[in-house]
Amino acid sequence: MDHPVPLLSVESLGVEFRTRSGTVHALEEISFSVGKGETIGVVGESGSGKSVLFYAVLGILDPAGRITGGRAVFGGLDLVRASPSELEAIRGREAAMIFQNPRVALNPIRKVGHQIEDVLARHTSTPSAALRQRAIEALASVRIPDPERRYDAYPFELSGGLCQRIMIAIALACSPSLLVADEPTTGLDVTTQAAVMDLISELAHKRKMATVLITHDLGLAAEHCDRIVVMHAGHVVETAPTADLFAHPRHPYTARLIATTPHGTSDLRSLAAIPGYLPDLRRGDLPACRFSERCDRFEAACTERPLARLDAGQPHSVACRRPL
Amino acid sequence: MSAPEVRGAAVSPEGEAPAGAPLLEVEQVRKLFPLKGRGSVLPLRAAHVPMLHAVDGVDLAIGTGESVGLVGESGCGKSTLVRLITRTLDPTAGAIRFRGEDIARIPASAFARVPQRKLIQMVFQDPTDSLNPRYTARETIAEPLRLLGGLSGTALSTRIDAVAALVQMPHELLGRFPHQLSGGQKARVGIARAIALEPSLLILDEPTAALDVSVQAVILHLLADLKQKLGMSYLFVSHDLNIVRLLCDRLMVMYLGRIVESGPARQVFESPRHPYTRALLSAIPGLGGGASRRIRLEGDPTSPIDPDPDRCRFHGRCPKGQDACTRSSPALVQLAPGQVVACHFPESA
Repeated sequence: MDHPVPLLSVESLGVEFRTRSGTVHALEEISFSVGKGETIGVVGESGSGKSVLFYAVLGILDPAGRITGGRAVFGGLDLVRASPSELEAIRGREAAMIFQNPRVALNPIRKVGHQIEDVLARHTSTPSAALRQRAIEALASVRIPDPERRYDAYPFELSGGLCQRIMIAIALACSPSLLVADEPTTGLDVTTQAAVMDLISELAHKRKMATVLITHDLGLAAEHCDRIVVMHAGHVVETAPTADLFAHPRHPYTARLIATTPHGTSDLRSLAAIPGYLPDLRRGDLPACRFSERCDRFEAACTERPLARLDAGQPHSVACRRPL
Repeated sequence: MSAPEVRGAAVSPEGEAPAGAPLLEVEQVRKLFPLKGRGSVLPLRAAHVPMLHAVDGVDLAIGTGESVGLVGESGCGKSTLVRLITRTLDPTAGAIRFRGEDIARIPASAFARVPQRKLIQMVFQDPTDSLNPRYTARETIAEPLRLLGGLSGTALSTRIDAVAALVQMPHELLGRFPHQLSGGQKARVGIARAIALEPSLLILDEPTAALDVSVQAVILHLLADLKQKLGMSYLFVSHDLNIVRLLCDRLMVMYLGRIVESGPARQVFESPRHPYTRALLSAIPGLGGGASRRIRLEGDPTSPIDPDPDRCRFHGRCPKGQDACTRSSPALVQLAPGQVVACHFPESA
């Protein structure tokens, strides 16, 4: 994973949301990087800030959200300080995102072929006469059978798996260097999930595109990612090459998460649960380690600032005062 | 295939003997939906209305205290079969015997008033969508107890408290509305509502699909625990074989309205004989990394509208499909004790 200059490098990024019931400290001191052509998995429970992190990086944060500090350098440009027009030029072209529910993310009253053309027209100099052909090629590239006919389909006429392929076709239409896939297979059948994930992996390899897979399914991340970033309650708690992470998890939360995931040989008895819940991120007295209240290795120093930090120089690093 | 025989081979945590006839016995049940307005304009063909074969001759038996997993992709007819068993839908043909009595004869519209109604309960997929947003947890749990259990006053509130304790729902949360509860807590409310009347058959439709992994483990433990305490039988419907395997004694795999393989859970999991079961199992993402041994299913499933009766429905997607598969539809054949498979060319054990 020793890339001299990472494609995306996030340093000490913080995000908070102003809500009626107080300020939500959604992300704090987030640092990680994605190398060129690398596939990383971002895993954690819902509410851990996985999606918000990439909304912030790509500048599509909800208006109630605010970046409190840090940098997100992508191809030499700090996206945190980039202008809206710069961000618009990057999204869809240099960096694209696939969202969780394709039926909601696609425009329901526009033919899918036209939705692909929209991206091509906005970001490339494809002559308008060639748009239709390029859109059909894009449909074919994600292995949609009978692309000429599907070009005229509306999202409601297609199955969930086909809709997700359309999303992938839209995301990849301009050959981005970074693809963020946010739970791309939630709600799909296992067989469809496997086909969609294999398609993403294959296209990423072929185009040497860096891919971020946001998921709560450790099995999925293990199968498709080179490296995994584990998040808990708005912190990155551990990052490591995939095999290393599963063989030797060092953060107590990572170890717990692995133990709760059913896999080939486990039975119900061996399936452990993580005690407690994510802490309420509106609290003023959040401990430095946000896992400390659920952790069985807790000691008084865990709640004290400064935060335990990841060592950016190490391939496997953990943010914990008492790692395993 | 008789249920006691299968049960003997199944791995049962309780290890109790089956009591005579199975609790639920579904026999050659079919449900065809007519597609209205699609009839031919040709006078000679006008009488033919195309039919969607949602459930097409399914046999299924669940013993007392047994857990049966029903797996298959969306659109395979799982939900229709469940609606037939819960008697919210009338079958086109076939028998559904519950405790020996054929409840398929009772019209769905009258089923709410028969005594069997309380004994078949269901836990729905999405705890958020299946709870009334204007009911507190207490009111949700109270409803079946009032309507079907005839409880009121102190007896009702005592029972609610007892049920809440069973699902480990903290007492102080009973006054909350669904939007004030977490996903795991909502799942508990949905389970509490279903077990409040002490049903003998509990149907679980993807009970953990909407939950986080950490909560999923807790709910699975709770379900295993409740089954032991209350002696219920489970019909666990899911497309996630990994979860089904953890909770079930026996596994049934459904494809386009038919059962293609069934048998003791561990046996089916360790040596699947139908190519479709193989593909399903190979699609499970594992911590070991398994993309390399994945069996890819090409193409789309055959249409369930008027399928050719003399053709295997898996043909076209099947990696082992041959000419013989287009000439006759395979019947279920026993290949190992308790394990039946519908395939002309089953995999070797």
